[in-house]
Amino acid sequence: MEFYGTPLASRLFLGTAQYPSPKVLCEAIEASGTEVITVSLRRETSEGAGTGFWHMLRQTGARVLPNTAGCHTVQEAVTTAQMAREVFETDWIKLEVIGHADSLQPDVFALVEAARILSEDGFKVFPYTTEDLVVGEHLLQAGCEVLMPWGAPIGSGQGLRNPDGLRAMRAHFPNTPLVVDAGIGRPSDAAAAMELGLDAVLLNTAVAKAGDPVEMARAMAQAVTAGQTGYAADPMPRRDMAVPSTPVLGLAELT
Amino acid sequence: MKITVNAKPLEVSATTLDAALTELGLTSPALATALNGAFVSRAKRVETVLTDGDRIEVLAPMQGG
Repeated sequence: MEFYGTPLASRLFLGTAQYPSPKVLCEAIEASGTEVITVSLRRETSEGAGTGFWHMLRQTGARVLPNTAGCHTVQEAVTTAQMAREVFETDWIKLEVIGHADSLQPDVFALVEAARILSEDGFKVFPYTTEDLVVGEHLLQAGCEVLMPWGAPIGSGQGLRNPDGLRAMRAHFPNTPLVVDAGIGRPSDAAAAMELGLDAVLLNTAVAKAGDPVEMARAMAQAVTAGQTGYAADPMPRRDMAVPSTPVLGLAELT
Repeated sequence: MKITVNAKPLEVSATTLDAALTELGLTSPALATALNGAFVSRAKRVETVLTDGDRIEVLAPMQGG
């Protein structure tokens, strides 16, 4: 599977926010085996902390995926993306256009418009979207080659609130890379997303806010691999009733 | 000239965006700028003339999800 022509061995994308320390962040990145880390832009402080942070991340060797987190309008998102492209020297952008302050649900109308503008400007857009199939179609028409449906609201750790919707997305977009972005809380959530046939998982808080972020990063990587391998191995169908796995033939009569 | 930089009202003698950044000590290479909501590339800062009341955003790399 390639993401805008870039093959990725690891199917875990990791956010870089909310870690207890820069050291733990770097160790978590390493333990996760991730090749893609998300970053953002914020107002420069007088201490110039951003430059040091950027220098540190470059040492990890991971590819950066800048986000437009916190943007609520097309103009904010487009300007932020343009600024991120210059600073991070990448045309990859995780496009977020937030429509609702409490749920952080994307404003899908503004999202499609911003995706069109940025795609025409040469960006490789990773849109944070819902599992809505029609919105997905519009995003592809706008130039996106990857879709990133939410699993649950950002930072909620609720897991996959609508697995059926994600399954439908997989069926409807068989050749589009799909990344579950947001809502993952536990390794089993990440495995479940991959078992649905999605191509990658993007998470942040689940690792950063774990009691031991480094171990959780490792567990998430294992879960993603397990789910991916399990999907490829074609799981057995569910049954409503029990079926004995031990042969009945040859069972002794002991009564 | 009175301008706003990252929501802070400031007085600068510089007349271009590039000169204003130097005057304010914002000289890190890992900075991106916007003027009144529109992106201004590094190369365009020298020729970007400021006017009274301009709003400038100076952004730097930060943790993100």
